[in-house]
Amino acid sequence: MSATAIKTDEPVVFHLPEEPHHPEGSSTGLGFWMYLMSDCLIFAMLFATFGVLGGNYAAGPGPKELFDLDLVAVNTAMLLFSSITYGFAMLAMGKNRINQTLVWLAVTGLFGLAFLGIELYEFAHLIHEGATPQRSAFLSSFFVLVGTHGLHVTFGIIWLVTLMVQVKFKGLIPANKRRLMCLSMFWHFLDVIWIGVFTFVYLLGMLR
Amino acid sequence: MSADNHAAEAHHDDHHGHDAHDDHDHGSFKSYMIGFVLSVILTAIPFALVMTGALPAQATALIVMAFAVVQIVVHMIYFLHMNTKSEGGWNMLALIFTIVIVFICLAGSLWVMHHLNTNMMPTHDMTQMVG
Amino acid sequence: MNADQLIPLIFGRLTLEALPLHEPILVVTMIVVALGGVALLGALTYFKLWGYLWKEWFTTVDHKKIGIMYMILGIIMLLRGFADAIMMRIQQAMAFGGSEGYLNAHHYDQIFTAHGVIMIFFVAMPLITGLMNYVVPLQIGARDVSFPFLNNFSFWMTTAGAVMVMASLFVGEFARTGWLAYPPLSGIGYSPGVGVDYYIWALQIAGVGTTLSGINLIATIVKMRAPGMGMMKMPVFTWTSLCANVLIVASFPVLTAVLALLTLDRYVGTNFFTNDFGGNPMMYVNLIWIWGHPEVYILVLPLFGVFSEVASTFSGKRLFGYTSMVYATVVITILSYLVWLHHFFTMGSGASVNSFFGITTMIISIPTGAKIFNWLFTMYRGRIRFELPMMWLIAFMLTFVVGGMTGVMLAVPPADFVLHNSLFLIAHFHNVIIAGVLFGLFAGINFWFPKAFGFKLDRTWGLVSFWCWVVGFWLAFAPLYVLGLMGVTRRMRVFDDPSLQIWFVIAAVGVAVIAVGILAMLVQFAVSFKNRDKLRDETGDPWGGRTLEWATSSPPPDYNFAFTPVVYDTDAWWDMKRRGYKRPKTGFAAIHMPKNTGTGIIISGLSLVMGLALVWYIWWLAALSFLAVIAVAIAHTFNYNRDYYIPVEEVRETEDARTRALAGTEA
Repeated sequence: MSATAIKTDEPVVFHLPEEPHHPEGSSTGLGFWMYLMSDCLIFAMLFATFGVLGGNYAAGPGPKELFDLDLVAVNTAMLLFSSITYGFAMLAMGKNRINQTLVWLAVTGLFGLAFLGIELYEFAHLIHEGATPQRSAFLSSFFVLVGTHGLHVTFGIIWLVTLMVQVKFKGLIPANKRRLMCLSMFWHFLDVIWIGVFTFVYLLGMLR
Repeated sequence: MSADNHAAEAHHDDHHGHDAHDDHDHGSFKSYMIGFVLSVILTAIPFALVMTGALPAQATALIVMAFAVVQIVVHMIYFLHMNTKSEGGWNMLALIFTIVIVFICLAGSLWVMHHLNTNMMPTHDMTQMVG
Repeated sequence: MNADQLIPLIFGRLTLEALPLHEPILVVTMIVVALGGVALLGALTYFKLWGYLWKEWFTTVDHKKIGIMYMILGIIMLLRGFADAIMMRIQQAMAFGGSEGYLNAHHYDQIFTAHGVIMIFFVAMPLITGLMNYVVPLQIGARDVSFPFLNNFSFWMTTAGAVMVMASLFVGEFARTGWLAYPPLSGIGYSPGVGVDYYIWALQIAGVGTTLSGINLIATIVKMRAPGMGMMKMPVFTWTSLCANVLIVASFPVLTAVLALLTLDRYVGTNFFTNDFGGNPMMYVNLIWIWGHPEVYILVLPLFGVFSEVASTFSGKRLFGYTSMVYATVVITILSYLVWLHHFFTMGSGASVNSFFGITTMIISIPTGAKIFNWLFTMYRGRIRFELPMMWLIAFMLTFVVGGMTGVMLAVPPADFVLHNSLFLIAHFHNVIIAGVLFGLFAGINFWFPKAFGFKLDRTWGLVSFWCWVVGFWLAFAPLYVLGLMGVTRRMRVFDDPSLQIWFVIAAVGVAVIAVGILAMLVQFAVSFKNRDKLRDETGDPWGGRTLEWATSSPPPDYNFAFTPVVYDTDAWWDMKRRGYKRPKTGFAAIHMPKNTGTGIIISGLSLVMGLALVWYIWWLAALSFLAVIAVAIAHTFNYNRDYYIPVEEVRETEDARTRALAGTEA
């Protein structure tokens, strides 16, 4: 104790003259990023499952018989376009242009819907051919990994529409900007996950 | 004593009027375009390689994976605006931690399950016998 | 459409047979719970407490009240989980020499599953989260957590999970699979009933709450620290909480994913963990332990923090080796992801895999051992006061070390092949969880209770509880070590070898002693409440505390601190006292605070309905409640008016009252 003795007569400030203010939402960016990291781990588990079980065709169809790379390429393009258009929405937001922001958000949503449409078409096609999620562990892990990504995109679109309504009625107030920023992170995060999906599921699947 | 120093004006409402505390980088048109063009290239090449089968499968696989890693980094920088400064470095720290954990889980699971399959499944020896 | 088709459409597979009327034990329990419940609800209505509870507690976003509610949930569930333990011990002490005991297999299997699930998810987790919730914002000089609404929501999700487990007692059944529900036993083929579904949905709903509260507390610790409190000036409890929450955020998603896959296997017929069509049950075991091992460190790390605070406070000394304590915690955080395979050495991954994980497991005991030495050196030449928290610390060190050493024994793969799934293992993990987690929680409860309620806990009954727990623990689990070494496996219902019976009888006596300990703890709460005026502490600092939570009043005002303190030292409050800190009595300002909201409890209630509907295959209700959850969540985002200011008059009034109270103690 004596080693750390301090001069008690030395004047110190116990409280700042101005309260350190934590503005509302100052933790949101960090908190949301941590949520994304936890979501990332869910996907990591699905990738691990696909990695372990992805070769178990159980005498059923494999990637080469099932995947249509042209379709996947189009789908990838849709998601990539939606990423850049969301970026444009954020740039418009930075300039406080409400209508421009809304237009870009709408375009983003449409690309998202196109992505989902193509994915659902692919799933329907596979199921029609008898390649159902129940057919083999490979197909189970394929459908769940790709489907979970699709579910995230679906929730992203619902969120996007909600935010468009809120921006329309409340304008680009700080709370809405914060929300748009969170959705931006979510949307781009999904694109990052998709890189993993098309690489490890589709492209490497075709090489198996 | 400073105990009496705290001023009465501690409460300021003007934080809500502007977003001066908003340290998030929204990027610029240029950075988004750079990211987009790089992503297009990094996507197109792996697809082309696999679709045409120009290279042997193993080489293609390695290139495809390498491109995926590079593209993820491109997305992180140009779309997610990751840098060492955002949120005082905590975002980056969280990301690095997550990457480490993801790597441990993925590599560990594959390693463990591969060894399990090798040790426990008779098919392995039978294929050798057939071959 | 006739009634035969209509009824399953409306009620799914829920029929009157779901009520366990053929089990006398359950019928009696049901009647007692129903009578107690009616009495409680009646009392709340009679005393017109509903409005108060709703406004002041259920909808609160105050981290202190949420923390207390977590603690209450944990203690209630402890009674349930412990009832299961007593039943198991009695069954095993009885079922010798052809006796079937008093529990049939169907019931017994549910009991050991429920015991594990409840003790981990609904006792240890809520108690720890509650403690962190209460203490961390105070220790870092914050007014609340980063996301106060999420905090309320997390609590109610955890509670919804607990309610589901309790519901399974009276409607249907619980899982009969063991607490981790390994497939293929937990698959639809071998467990077609609702038990595993209750298990899955209870954990999924509670898991959402746990993950969000983890994110919340990390953001709080990172963002809301008082000025001057750098990372290496944080109190050790805050540090260990930070690491535990990092582990929560980085491991509960794994549990979510694994359980989701099991759900799909059961509901949709996918083949992840089946034995057919390329599925692999071992993958489940692998994945769930990637969550499961970090989970045990989630449980114990915050309590290491509690022990650190207790050791330095009651030795009147700065914590020995603060820096090494922090690094040890961080190292444990990372290493806890590298040891998961030691839970299934016997799976057959071979020598190289087993050696790797055996070695990492032995390595992780090093930082833990370092901590023990830190606490010992903190006590060394200190002026030790044997208050209750300090007693728990000493009992912890003496007991936990044995658990740690048997853990290292189990880390040796060849030894594990002998001891795997034996009672030796059971004794080991109860040795670390009871001695580490529960003793830590009791130390924490005795330590911070005066902070939360303004009066100390009764010492005499605290000592009764203490000695019963420590003696009871050894009586209950030392025989299990012996039995395990003799080769008795876990989860057995009847035994053939009569020579084993004596050990089980001793263990049953032990559990009875522990029961007295739990009872004494409840009496301790009651007696302390009765004598609260005698035990009152007006100073807010009854132990000569060292960290910021002791700088404010007990219980603290809604806003915690009228002025945010500036921190110069790890032991910030100790430092302030040494520098002659005087509490400011004027110059107050209005304080910005979050508003209460009922959204959390509403969404959790709807999630509970959805969970129950999914368990019973009532698809229309599941879909409806799911849509309602989304709708309420979206509606909540349209409420932009979430905060308010506590007017300066109210702050002044509160602080003046404290000034008067303090003057009373000095006079």
